[in-house]
Amino acid sequence: MYKILKAEKLASNIFMKVVEAPRVAKHCLPGQFVIVKLDETGERIPLTICDYDAKEGTVTIVFQPIGASTMKMAELEAGDCFEDFVGPLGKPSEFTEENLDELKKKKIVFVAGGVGTAPVYPQLKWLHEHGVTADAIVGAKTKDLIILEKEMSAVSNLYLTTDDGSYIRKGMGTDVLRDLVENQGKQYDICVAIGPMIMMKFVCLLTKELNIPTIVSMNPIMVDGTGMCGACRLIVGDEVKFACVDGPEFDGHLVDFDLAMKRQQMYKTDEGRAILKLQEGDTHHGGCGHCGGDK
Amino acid sequence: MADMLKKVPVREQAPLVRAANFEEVCLGYNKEEAMEEAARCINCKNAKCISGCPVSINIPAFVHEVKEGNFEAAYQIISESSALPAVCGRVCPQESQCEGKCIRGVKGEAVSIGKLERFVADWASENGIKPTPAKEKNGHKIAVIGSGPAGLTCAGDLAKLGYDVTIFEALHKEGGVLVYGIPEFRLPKDKVVAAEVENVKSLGVKIETNVIIGKSVTIDELLKEEGFEAVFIGSGAGLPMFMGIAGEQANGVFSANEYLTRNNLMKAFREEYDTPIARGKKVAVVGGGNVAMDAARTALRLGAEVHVIYRRSEAELPARAEEVHHAKEEGIIFDLLTNPTEILTDDKDWVTGIRCIRMELGEPDASGRRRPVEIPGSEFDIAVDTVIMSLGTSPNPLISSTTIGLDVNRRKCIVADEEFGKTSKEGVYAGGDAVTGAATVILAMGAGKAGAKGIHEYIMSK
Ligand SMILES: Cc1cc2nc3c(=O)[nH]c(=O)nc-3n(C[C@H](O)[C@H](O)[C@H](O)COP(=O)(O)OP(=O)(O)OC[C@H]3O[C@@H](n4cnc5c(N)ncnc54)[C@H](O)[C@@H]3O)c2cc1C
Ligand SMILES: Cc1cc2nc3c(=O)[nH]c(=O)nc-3n(C[C@H](O)[C@H](O)[C@H](O)COP(=O)(O)OP(=O)(O)OC[C@H]3O[C@@H](n4cnc5c(N)ncnc54)[C@H](O)[C@@H]3O)c2cc1C
Ligand code: SF4
Ligand code: SF4
Ligand code: FES
Repeated sequence: MYKILKAEKLASNIFMKVVEAPRVAKHCLPGQFVIVKLDETGERIPLTICDYDAKEGTVTIVFQPIGASTMKMAELEAGDCFEDFVGPLGKPSEFTEENLDELKKKKIVFVAGGVGTAPVYPQLKWLHEHGVTADAIVGAKTKDLIILEKEMSAVSNLYLTTDDGSYIRKGMGTDVLRDLVENQGKQYDICVAIGPMIMMKFVCLLTKELNIPTIVSMNPIMVDGTGMCGACRLIVGDEVKFACVDGPEFDGHLVDFDLAMKRQQMYKTDEGRAILKLQEGDTHHGGCGHCGGDK
Repeated sequence: MADMLKKVPVREQAPLVRAANFEEVCLGYNKEEAMEEAARCINCKNAKCISGCPVSINIPAFVHEVKEGNFEAAYQIISESSALPAVCGRVCPQESQCEGKCIRGVKGEAVSIGKLERFVADWASENGIKPTPAKEKNGHKIAVIGSGPAGLTCAGDLAKLGYDVTIFEALHKEGGVLVYGIPEFRLPKDKVVAAEVENVKSLGVKIETNVIIGKSVTIDELLKEEGFEAVFIGSGAGLPMFMGIAGEQANGVFSANEYLTRNNLMKAFREEYDTPIARGKKVAVVGGGNVAMDAARTALRLGAEVHVIYRRSEAELPARAEEVHHAKEEGIIFDLLTNPTEILTDDKDWVTGIRCIRMELGEPDASGRRRPVEIPGSEFDIAVDTVIMSLGTSPNPLISSTTIGLDVNRRKCIVADEEFGKTSKEGVYAGGDAVTGAATVILAMGAGKAGAKGIHEYIMSK
């Protein structure tokens, strides 16, 4: 059992839990993820590590309820437990293994979207602690969905933007990046984009045009997270890669996003929905934004 | 008087009934049937059957006790050599092992050794007979990686010798392939697998689930920081292989590992579990081993029409004969001498069919089996909505890539000697599928025993 020490609602649809998991906390680095399972009948849900404290033995996760399992998880309070919590999985971000002097010379920009802000935070924090302050562009649909503003601005040069203009500026993360490079004379050696696949795809289209090498963090459907099942396979370049062991971070200019997005819809298409409905009955809450649940 | 040339028939669920449920197919012998079958054994002096069993169970001796009705004595004899008789009695490829060597088989049918072993093990479990724990602990701490047959056996043997053993398991449940791979209808999870795991725990073995060695903690840390004096690696076979044909990344194409894990470990077939699975209407399973049979029969039970596509002929099917027989009875369609060339998809990238080419057998290849060659121009399509790839596995590099000084061979399997499971790294032993590549439960168990012996000698000579 893995106890939740702190539970917070960060925005109307984004939840944070601080979980006691000493083995994970001791070994994790930015870029890695965990798999959590609520109880005996629950699914194995992959979530990026958003913060960790090796001394306290805690790991922080931040997630958005989109289906049965994440909805149940959102309701957990401090004192409740996850039955299973395993990690750290995947490879750490590349820069954690780079030569520090080289790294310090680099100009890095992060682009985060929605709940993707959370996994960007430990990367910015790690860099900041190692003497590198990166630029971070964070986009949200609207003001209420912005999370971790204070924490992020403490460890980066933060550029916030909202789709509807309800806070600071109107526009998407890609608009800000273009503006910084084309009008404000910024130059970047590397871009890290984390968020929904569609957002990462568009960031990559832009950075290809701007000639900025780009890292993305892929979140395909997973089962075991140890390389055993192949559910998480992606095409990167011309190769098949397993996101859980070869990633989750990849060269964004090589990822086949269209295929990845189709595969992520595996249980969401017409056939998939019918299958889900048949199996899950009332537990299929929708939330996928396509089918309207059981309505 | 029964026909002494034939096995006492074993009761099974009728094919059409079992094709729609996940209950065990084979119901096993009762006392009377077991004693009658045991009486067919002629108690050979030079018992060939023993040499067919990879762990050399004293078959004539235990079968004799069954004949006399001394089931507990029979259990003790089996226990001297095997830690998982309820499992092996069910899943060993007996026809090519113990029963394949039985003298009765020369003229008639072999003694049903597997079914008798299963009977004895089930009887022992129903009657609460457990292995005896060590009288005294010796204080030495040993780590075992993986809770499959190799790890469980190694841990059990060491605990019986008094060692303080902890098993580290990556998944949330213990059992390895026994829990995530082999389906409920062949190997019941609660009645058999969980009971075997409990037996090992009752010897004092601790099991920590959700720990991935190489990620959560490394072998070097276990040895240097956590006070373990030796490690046994029983981490299993690993990564699924794909064919590399067009359409393989489409929605509706799964590895057998994923399909079986969703259904067996994550229990997608049960209403109360949240796990989704693609219940296809027409499913193609590519491959011909035990894994392919399990995936096919699982898909059938989830309601699909199932085709097994295999490139050689029936004689070369690597699966156990009993599984092939059961699969056919249940209505699985076998497309033999057939090989997929492409997976067909619709505009949303969902599977609509599988294009195949007919094969014929040519000259024998390195494995001694006749090599299948394509018959030009014989392509044809089968309409399916789901494809399950069951083409074998390659070793998982998580452990080898994070352990300094641990040698692997050309196929990336860990190198370990057969007799003691000794690897290139001091204090580190290994066995099972991680060393041999995908093999069998009984071989993994044998390797676990060898590892325990190796570790014991190593600690005692320190
Ligand atoms: C490496 C990795 C890191 C992740 N990190 C985070 C994170 O930090 N925060 C966060 O909120 N989410 C994260 N995700 C996504 C998260 O795992 C999914 O949202 C979750 O599995 C959905 O589970 P559910 O049972 O609530 O929904 P389900 O009922 O399983 O699914 C609802 C719908 O979402 C689809 N779906 C299932 N799994 C995924 C998936 N992995 N991605 C997208 N859609 C999916 C289903 O097809 C279904 O239609 C991550 C995923 C991966 C692989
Ligand atoms: C579907 C299927 C059907 C089969 N049918 C038969 C049959 O009928 N008869 C037969 O004899 N054999 C059969 N086999 C083969 C047999 O199951 C295997 O040979 C046997 O289970 C191997 O045992 P093992 O202990 O070496 O590995 P496994 O059973 O694979 O166990 C390895 C364990 O180690 C864990 N692990 C892996 N990496 C790590 C890590 N880094 N840290 C911690 N834990 C880790 C895994 O999660 C797993 O639980 C079948 C296999 C499959 C997949
Ligand atoms: S362990 Fe397997 S091979 Fe040995 S006697 Fe039992 S069934 Fe036969
Ligand atoms: S070979 Fe057959 S008949 Fe002879 S001892 Fe073994 S099981 Fe009995
Ligand atoms: S999640 Fe199973 S191989 Fe990656």
